[in-house]
Parts: sequence; structure tokens; C-alpha cells
Amino acid sequence: MNDAQMIQTDLTGLLTQQEMRQIDAELAHIPYKSGAAIDALKIVQAHRGWVSDECLQAIAKYLEMSAEELEGVATFYNLIYRRPVGEKVILFCDSVSCWICGCDKIKAKVSQKLGIDYGETTADNRYTLLPVPCLGACDKAPVMMVGDALLTHLDEEQIDQLFADKPSGGDE
Amino acid sequence: MEKVLTRNIGADLKPTDLAAYEANGGYQGLQKAMKELSPKDCQDLISASNLRGRGGAGFPTGMKWSFVPMGDKCTPGHKYLVCNADEMEPGTFKDRLLMECDPHQLIEGMILAAYTIGADLSYIFIRGEYVVAIQRLRDALAECYAKGYLGKNILGSGFDLEMHLHPSAGRYICGEETALINALEGKRANPRAKPPFPQVSGLWGRPTIVNNVETLCNIPHIVERGAEWFKSLGRGEDSGTKMFGASGKVNNPGCWELPMGTPIREIFEDYAGGMQAGLELKGFLPGGGSTDFLVPEHLDLVMDYNVIGKAGSRMGTGTMIILDDQTCPVGMVLNLIRFFAHESCGFCTPCREGLPWSRQVLVDIEEGRGTVEDMETLAYQVNYIGAIGNTHCALAPGAMEPLQSALKYFREDFDRHISGGRCPYHSPSRSGGH
Repeated sequence: MNDAQMIQTDLTGLLTQQEMRQIDAELAHIPYKSGAAIDALKIVQAHRGWVSDECLQAIAKYLEMSAEELEGVATFYNLIYRRPVGEKVILFCDSVSCWICGCDKIKAKVSQKLGIDYGETTADNRYTLLPVPCLGACDKAPVMMVGDALLTHLDEEQIDQLFADKPSGGDE
Repeated sequence: MEKVLTRNIGADLKPTDLAAYEANGGYQGLQKAMKELSPKDCQDLISASNLRGRGGAGFPTGMKWSFVPMGDKCTPGHKYLVCNADEMEPGTFKDRLLMECDPHQLIEGMILAAYTIGADLSYIFIRGEYVVAIQRLRDALAECYAKGYLGKNILGSGFDLEMHLHPSAGRYICGEETALINALEGKRANPRAKPPFPQVSGLWGRPTIVNNVETLCNIPHIVERGAEWFKSLGRGEDSGTKMFGASGKVNNPGCWELPMGTPIREIFEDYAGGMQAGLELKGFLPGGGSTDFLVPEHLDLVMDYNVIGKAGSRMGTGTMIILDDQTCPVGMVLNLIRFFAHESCGFCTPCREGLPWSRQVLVDIEEGRGTVEDMETLAYQVNYIGAIGNTHCALAPGAMEPLQSALKYFREDFDRHISGGRCPYHSPSRSGGH
């Protein structure tokens, strides 16, 4: 056994019993272990908020695939986070209907209130701001998700109220 | 008119549980099929109904299903039925409504589709952001297993079906059926080369049908009430009803079930309420971000696949995106191209390299740095990337549709950006988004 394999073997222990049980449940209806790659990434992310290098290697080992192959899967998808995110992710819709309805102004307001731009997390670790393709609520544009909640018909006043406990200018 | 797909959806948008669904005639199509109809009977009904795929391409559903090997022609093993609930086409918001408010209608349609093609395993591939729809479908699936609509020996027919919910990790290209299949297999969602077609070799190399949510929601009604009834619903040459919608600066943006063949003017004026005060209609994308612009002179066309096709666009998803006269068309196209460039899977060069190139040219024009040569570059891109066969799948040609039609209808706007060295609109932003 070479060094790289030893490191991977050790890392498998990173996954909790609960995470492994949930991954096993997915494996029950999938003919090959690597077929649960996306499910496993999402399960681990649901528990930990994001997928660290160590977790990625542990999942790859568990699913009997190479870490490189799993990394190719993880980085392909918009909702798998390979860097730490805040307690809540803000998915801000910047697609066409929201753009027509003035989402850029709302985005500027969110950035100003929280002091963060796309891809950044507030210093108190509460929010990460990310752009997202059309959220499928175009009749209620502009829209965004904060955590699991879909917020619609956004205006600047609403953003002020939503982040009222944040001083204008955010954390910077 | 008679409501079919939305008959359980009230103004309060309250979700329909199993009891409410059954009380309003739900699962009658399934009861009928399990007692009286063979898979062949169901196949014949769907083919005769002329139902066409509601995901955007409009391919005849019965024909798609007919390519699945049946009986002795099929090697032993699983067959799969997959619902494409990965609604990510910009400006499209119809499947969300159908799933959030009436999850059982979709499930009944899926059971019937699976029965018809002989599938024993089925998946709902749904976008991860649809958290409400995911929860309601999960609840509805549990109700179905408890009631014996899913699982072994459904309603004593000997037919077995398992159904799983697969929330996606998010990528527009998953809407392409072979990319979706790769995503279901836990891989990067690069589209596959065709042939082989999924009907013969799809998920895990087995026969697989992928249908859109709205397509599948039509199935119970056709099985229960017949092909002739379904055909009679359309006002033009296409069968059935359709979820139509409008977004943008109209008075009453929304989504409505209307007969196929409804005039665009009726949707725009009577349902969407026309433009907001002080604004004029400049153009519209008839069915999502990858359809060509149409302009006010097309308002009297009817929403049928071939009619919209002949006008140079596509009906797509049927949810229109409205461009007003005070929003910059260059900015709007830039927003769309930016989206497609971001969502390109990167597999083939024309898409991976060409879309960011188009985006950069549009940024330059929108921000006042455009040149006359840039217009030639855009025309070249449209001809090269837009041609089916130059790219691995339809994403890049779809991306070129709004661009090529904007160059046709709004050429003056592009020229004004270049000659004036600035965007002449008080547009929502200088450069169409982030």
C-alpha cells in the first residue's frame, strides 16, 4: 500500500455513521457505487455545509472511485460547495426576467447591506451570496432564495428590512 | 374553457393531497388502465392523441415511447421512466406550479407512462432549488406507497413500479435528456452522443424514457377520457391544453392553462394584461430563453408548434418573456448569452469557447466599446455556433436563437450603441447582469 492509499484509508473514518447510512440508502437502488456520487456529496454537504478536500476523498474512497473523478463531478454542479459557505446561502436570481424587472438594483442593495459580493461570505459567517440561474418564479420577479425560503417581488425596502440587524455597509 | 391540468389548482395555490385528488376524479385513469387496458392499448391512445412533448422540443410523445423495445424484443433487465423536472430554462415557471399544487397528477401520469413502456423503476429528476415541490412530491410518494399505487402488484394488476425522487445538484444542461441520464448515474452531466437513443440504451445502458413534467401530467386525462376528447381541446392543429405564461413588465405576469392554438394576443392582452403604463411592447421570446424573438406584428399568430416555427421561432416551454421599449435589447441578449456561457458543459469547443466570445463582444457593445467589426463577429458566431451539427448538443444553437433574432429585429439598437459609444437606454444595468 502506498502513501496516498494510506491517507485515503484513514480519511474514510471522517464520514459519520449517519452519513454512511444515508449514502447506503441511496446505493440500495443504484447498480454501481459511483452512481451515488452526487447523492453522497449532497448528503455530506447537508450535514457540514460544504464539501472539504478531506470529505471529498473520504466519499471517493467509500464509493470506490478516484478522488479526481469525484472532484470532476463535484465542481460541475452549481449547488455543491467546495469552499466554506455561511449559515445561509443566498441564491440570487440574475436571469432574464428578473433582470428586466430590475434585479441589478436589488443585488447592489444586498451587497451594500451585507458588505459582500458574489462568492463572498459575511464576516459573521451568516450569509454567502451566490448568483443562480432562473429560479422558475418569473411572474414574481425579482426573486431570490435565502436558505430554503423563496422571497419574491423584491424591492430595496424589503432588503433593508430583511437585513435590518446589519448596519449599512455590512461587515466591512 | 375546461381546465384539465389545473383542475385541482385554485387561486389559493393550496396543495392537493391524495384524498382531495381522488375526490376530484384522481387515479381514475390508473384504475381504468390496470383493469381494462394493456400497455399496447395505452401506447395506442397516447399516439392517437397527438400529445407533443411540453418540455420545449415538441416531439410526439407516443412516437418517443414507441421506440422502447417491448416483450421478446427487449433483453431481460430493468427499463426506466424518468421525469424531467429540472425546470431551468430562463423565463420558465410552469412545472413548479404543477408539482407544488398537484403532485399526484404527475405521479399518476408517471405510473401510466411506466406501465405503457414496461418500466419497473422510475425517477423524478427535480432541481434542488424547488424545495417546496420536493417536499410535496415526497409526501405524495409516501401516500402512494401506502395506498398501493406504487410498489408491488399495483391494484392487483401484477405490475410493479418503484419511484424515487432525485433532487439535482444544479446545472441547466441536465435538462438535455442524455445529460440528465449522466447526472442520474452520478457523473458530470455532459450530453451523450446519439445514437444510441435513450429509448434503447439510456440509464445504466437500459431502455429509458425521459419526459417533461407537463407532458406526463397530461397522460392520466388522455387514458381516462380518450384521444378524441384530448384532440378536441386544441383550438388549432395541436392537441390538448398548455401551460402558457408571461413575465417581464406586463400588468399581470402569470401562468395560465389555455387551449393549444390560443392567439398570442389573447395571452398577452387578456391574461397578462398588456404592458405596464408608459411602456410599449418591443418584442418577446415565445417560450423561454432559447427561443427566437418575435415582435408585435406576430401577436395574432396562435400558439401551435408549427405556426410559431414558421414565424422563425419556437413555442419552447410556452412561457413568454416580454421585452418593453425602455429595456435595452442588447442588454437582454447579453444577459441570456451570459447564462448560456456559464451553463455550457464545456465538452465541445464551439460552445465552450464561442459562447464566452459572443458574451465578451456583447459586453463591449453594451458598454460603449463596440465596433462595426463586432457586428460581423456576432453574425459569424450565429452562423457557426447556431448551426445544428457544429456542436455536440442543442445548447449552443439554442443560445444563438435570441441573438440571431435580435440582430434581425433590433439591428438599429446595436448600431446606436456602436455609433453613440454608449447604451442609449436607461436599462436596468449597463451590462446585463453580473
